[in-house]
Amino acid sequence: MAETSEAPVTPHSDVLAGHGHAHLPPTGFLRKHVFSLDHKVIGKQYLDLALVAVLTGMVLSWLMRFHLAYPAAAVPGLGKIAPGVAAGGIITPELYLQLMTMHGTIMVFFVLTTAPFAGFGNFILPIQVGAEDMAFPRFNMMSFWVTLVAFLVLLASFFVHEGPALSGWTAYAPLSAIGKAAGPGQGTGQTLWALSIAIFCVGQLLGSLNFIATTLDLRTRGMTLMRMPFSTWAWFITSIIGLIAFSVLLPACILLILDRVAGTSFFVPAGLVVSDQLQPHSGGSPLLWQHLFWFFGHPEVYIAILPGIGIISHVLPAFARKPLLGPKVVLSCMGAIAFLSYTVWGHHMFLSGMNPLSATLFSVPTLIITIPATIVVLLWIGTLYGSRMRFTTAGLFCLGFVSVFVSGGISGFFLAQPSIDTYLHGTYFVVGHFHFVMGVAAMFGIFAGMFFWFPKMYGRMLNETLGKIHFILTLIGVYAIFMPMHYLGLAGNVRRYSTFTDEYMKSSLPLHRFITYAALFTGAVQLIFLFNVFWSRFRGARATANPWDATSLEWSTSSPPPFDNFGGQHPVVVNGPNEYGTAGPAGDHLMQAPALAPGG
Amino acid sequence: MAASAMIFAALTSALMVRKGAAADWRHIALPPILYFNTVILVASSATAALARRRLLATWIVAADSRPGTVPAGTGLTWLYVTLGLGVLFVAGQLAAWRELAAQGVFLASNPSSSFFYVFTALHGLHLVGGVIALGYLIWRVRTAGDDPPEQALGAATLYWHFLDVLWLYLLLVLILRL
Amino acid sequence: MGKLFAAIVAVITLISAGIFIARIWWLPPDISVLGVGIDHQLVETLIASGVLFVLAQLALAAFAWQYGAGDATRPIKIFPGGATPMVVLAVLLVGAEVLVLTFVGSRVWAGIFLSPPAANALHVDVQAEQFAYYFRYAGKDGKFGTLHPDMIDDANGNFFGLDPANDTTARDDIVSASLVVPVGQPVLLTLHAKDVGHAFYVPDLRIQQDFVPGLDIPLQFTATQVAKKEIVCTQLCGLGHFNMRAYLEVKPQAQFAEWLADQEAQLE
Repeated sequence: MAETSEAPVTPHSDVLAGHGHAHLPPTGFLRKHVFSLDHKVIGKQYLDLALVAVLTGMVLSWLMRFHLAYPAAAVPGLGKIAPGVAAGGIITPELYLQLMTMHGTIMVFFVLTTAPFAGFGNFILPIQVGAEDMAFPRFNMMSFWVTLVAFLVLLASFFVHEGPALSGWTAYAPLSAIGKAAGPGQGTGQTLWALSIAIFCVGQLLGSLNFIATTLDLRTRGMTLMRMPFSTWAWFITSIIGLIAFSVLLPACILLILDRVAGTSFFVPAGLVVSDQLQPHSGGSPLLWQHLFWFFGHPEVYIAILPGIGIISHVLPAFARKPLLGPKVVLSCMGAIAFLSYTVWGHHMFLSGMNPLSATLFSVPTLIITIPATIVVLLWIGTLYGSRMRFTTAGLFCLGFVSVFVSGGISGFFLAQPSIDTYLHGTYFVVGHFHFVMGVAAMFGIFAGMFFWFPKMYGRMLNETLGKIHFILTLIGVYAIFMPMHYLGLAGNVRRYSTFTDEYMKSSLPLHRFITYAALFTGAVQLIFLFNVFWSRFRGARATANPWDATSLEWSTSSPPPFDNFGGQHPVVVNGPNEYGTAGPAGDHLMQAPALAPGG
Repeated sequence: MAASAMIFAALTSALMVRKGAAADWRHIALPPILYFNTVILVASSATAALARRRLLATWIVAADSRPGTVPAGTGLTWLYVTLGLGVLFVAGQLAAWRELAAQGVFLASNPSSSFFYVFTALHGLHLVGGVIALGYLIWRVRTAGDDPPEQALGAATLYWHFLDVLWLYLLLVLILRL
Repeated sequence: MGKLFAAIVAVITLISAGIFIARIWWLPPDISVLGVGIDHQLVETLIASGVLFVLAQLALAAFAWQYGAGDATRPIKIFPGGATPMVVLAVLLVGAEVLVLTFVGSRVWAGIFLSPPAANALHVDVQAEQFAYYFRYAGKDGKFGTLHPDMIDDANGNFFGLDPANDTTARDDIVSASLVVPVGQPVLLTLHAKDVGHAFYVPDLRIQQDFVPGLDIPLQFTATQVAKKEIVCTQLCGLGHFNMRAYLEVKPQAQFAEWLADQEAQLE
């Protein structure tokens, strides 16, 4: 990984697609804005898709939270929209599970994978390595459109008979493999789910391939591997993880679809009686699905969070005005996390009936993976020490990221131990844990990236006052939502329940109500961000080329960059990305490429 | 390619797990035409290598002597042969499926037939992708001005060899495990 | 802004930790032999990670409070010693914690899942289905009848698919909707699912285990108190998942024997 090979002298043009040396943007509206080959347009398209997806996912979570707090109350208007599953607006148990499944699937796949990785990565990575575009622009465009189709297929399941799948984002077999006998939504809805995820995998495989090829082949002169910014490193490592993870999930989904529609028995054992019918399957293994799924599923957590780690490591020094502490250590830690992420998938299955000895084996790397994570956190905090921190919104989101990453990471200590997991598994403790570390931390990374790169992407600044209000309220809000979930988990409150009937967990209702208020409040706060993004896109203050006095290549070109990123020039890199606090011609930092070299 | 290799690695491990878990594992007789198909695919790999050598040699000579347009020479013919063999292989695989279907062995008949169909179908899909890539390459070679598509040639033939090796591996798995 | 952020993080940290320390929401009292070890392990982890949590958050808050850009003349400072102390600290602290937790934790885990069942254990066969549990006792002969999935008939009460007509061992099998066990005696459950994945979770016993279709999974516990507690499903199993539960009734030995005799009498 620490290879410092000589960077290629001239960037190659696209190999397979026969792209010539044209530097002029296409002129037709469709080619320019819709079916664009430009990585910058594709990156924005991914971010817009993620924005639509995150709003959808958030509304779904509001409905769930409302029902948990007021199980007997009607959601205003819902009875009209969905009379079949929510007669009179009261959410039925099956609708609750469908909302939950769709919330999880949309958030994990279409927000946490698309925004920090495919979105920012597409826009920024080629510029940061000094390339004119991705290595395979056509694959890149396909990657986005394939992902969009996957999203539409998933949304379509809301409108089919009996609605979307209810088996959770993990879609455990045989519940997911049997078909509609297993419950409402397990018919067409579940098939569409599996189809959507399979399509999504194809899109992400194309994207990952592209990221890897671009990073390896299209670096500009002087951009050695060790001079790549942390964010580029993170996207590069993430795409390697993604390449492996999605190519395991893809065949898993294909096998699941075959079990469902072609009557095969990959995941369904013999002798199951569902809805009083003996199932015709025989000899399959439900654990096989769990192994395949989590072999993808755990690395997926790092696909969501590693870009965040990279973004923070990239953005924090720019506002702390000093170099990141231990840059090589940070890179090694990212590499170690990526490697270890493939050795820990079994910790999701401590209680799934696999050999109990293997639980111990999976527990050790799971605990060990906290070491590189802790080191990175300490290095961030150490970077803050003695800095001259500019508390811009992006900088604040970096610090917020550190805080929630710590909170989410520490609860992992509990769940990594099989003996404690026997108590906490399947409770709200787990929900609190992964929402902090994978949901909120990744979202804070996205927010930090958004406030940092928005000027570069749209040529206008996001409003800082609105941004800071949004940050403070969001920080308080997420703690109010997710910290109490740990208390619920300690009390033995089980997740994935739409209501707590009889006396079971009645005592937790007040805390559930509190969480619901916090969730509605925090959701409402996001409208500030939404307004900020839309308003600033058209009305924000004009951005200069380098509003943050940052060093990396994207700040050497105009905001927004021209079609070929550097106006026909090829930047020559002479410095690493971490040169803050060093007096130079630009002030207290050294640009990676001090001046653009003449075109060639 | 790494992704494809991973897909098949995942499927193979799925097969192992599945076989371990199953009491209903039944042997299926592989249709003999598979061996004929294997010979065809190996041959196509050889012709692909030949095509690449001829084309590169032609291009180097052309670049030295006569800049402007690049001739394709016999290399192009070998590319056509490779393409033809690839199509023949896909047809042969379809024939193998028909043979099995005629014996009443379908996708859902038993676990080994499920794996057989999944393996061959996915490999077939990859091969169709390879045929498309070859077609594209032939078009690039024919329309090349003074810029011969060396990298496309390298990538396409490498992918073709990969498909060949992948098939040999799958055949081995099928013979040993089904 | 930095000071506001620092204050908010500090307040959140102290409130969060305070609620844990005050035990406002806490585990239900333990009623099993092995629960003691689990609780111990949990509290130790809570203390160790709680200290790390508070220290990390407060350091973040303190630095954010201290090091604003306000004073433009103040030169930046590098953390004393650079990255090395951080790496050493993380490796030593977390590494030691990992070692200890793994060592102690795996003993607790082994106690539940890796030790051989006690000779005097009461064997109960548990079947989970959408959306109920059924418990089967072997009856007088001490043998469980063979299961025939094709003979399962919920309408006639044949939840397990027993064949008493041809299978003598099945004739005295007792089927109950609650899990009734004697206090102080080890219980060995065999978990199997009829349709999809389910789970067996009794917070008061501190144990949880999935039912996986196609597998028979052993699970053992010993209850230490007479009690009536809920068994809940924690593996998403369909629309009735939230309502899938049964009761665990821990009875004194004598009352348990009485209950068993009653059940046997009903069979005849």
